[in-house]
Amino acid sequence: MNDTQLNILAVGRELAILQVVERLINGHEGWAATIVTTDEEAMAAVAKTDFRIVFVCAGVTAEEEEDLRRRVQELHPGVVVTRHFGGGSGLLENEVLAILNDQKKQIYGK
Amino acid sequence: MSNTILHKAASRGHADHGWLNSYQSFSFASYYNPERTQFGVLRVLNDDVVTGGKGFGSHPHDNMEIISIPLEGALVHEDNMGHKEVVSAGEIQVMSTGSGVFHSEYNNSPDKPAKFLQIWLFPNKLNVTPRYDQVKLDPLKGENRLQQLIAPRGVAGDEAAGEVVGEKGIGEGTWIYQDAWFFSGRFDKERQISYERKKKENGVYLFVIKGSFAVDGQRLDTRDGLGVTDLDSIGIQSLEEGSEILIMDVPMKNKIQ
Repeated sequence: MNDTQLNILAVGRELAILQVVERLINGHEGWAATIVTTDEEAMAAVAKTDFRIVFVCAGVTAEEEEDLRRRVQELHPGVVVTRHFGGGSGLLENEVLAILNDQKKQIYGK
Repeated sequence: MSNTILHKAASRGHADHGWLNSYQSFSFASYYNPERTQFGVLRVLNDDVVTGGKGFGSHPHDNMEIISIPLEGALVHEDNMGHKEVVSAGEIQVMSTGSGVFHSEYNNSPDKPAKFLQIWLFPNKLNVTPRYDQVKLDPLKGENRLQQLIAPRGVAGDEAAGEVVGEKGIGEGTWIYQDAWFFSGRFDKERQISYERKKKENGVYLFVIKGSFAVDGQRLDTRDGLGVTDLDSIGIQSLEEGSEILIMDVPMKNKIQ
């Protein structure tokens, strides 16, 4: 595994949308996507790979999102688990940049 | 002066892809400004020009309320819900993308540009069955007064009165899955109106489509935007003949139902 690579997991119920999200993430140099359609697959992926971001995508309910966040952060408290809005087009890159910006602020201050 | 956020037209993000020339009031795609990501649930306000014969190929959306307002020309929309529609200036199009939809959008003209506003709001309900709607506006209803374009689903202006109107929002236009209202109007010079905020927890974002206005003492010119968060009543005066404004009254915090 490349230490500088930004690993992103996308969990959703709509495979066709996840495949677009995967393509958009992998289109960025240094970003790598894993996509899964069940929460159990998500937990297996989190146990195996060092993700910094878990995007919760279309079809996942608010309750499932909360449960997934709890389970992921029990294993890896530093992982950001957040809702992705929009289906890849338009906001995905912004959402990643916002998370990285927040993490930078936490480390270095404003 | 009230609590306001001013976005001058020239300060917006800009992307020129040749076939698409886009000015972005809020961070979008490769334009990222941490100080300018949204106004409440209003997340995207793109001012797009699509070259004749070109457009957006098939791509997905989910969990966003997407409102398109053509300003000049027309777009051909096609989606996997079975819609193939032409949406022209004088109409508005709404997609509640919910659990996911694929669509394409092309300029309907082979050689003339199509200009439109593309507006995205976070929804107040996740994973809804996707929905498409398109309505034609009566231009006379937006002359020297505000015409309603968008209202919340099935909820009237006075919730306390239990006024429910079914699937259509009250008045004109159509509805979305959010406690948001949109209005627009075209005004003669020196006309004055007052806009009354719909809900205490909402903010109001005013966007000048054309011409110029004075809003709460602030001059706004073409494509300037002003967010107001603490006024129940906003004084608006047109400064030029034929000035056009779009008003978006949106929750400042999203409450997912």
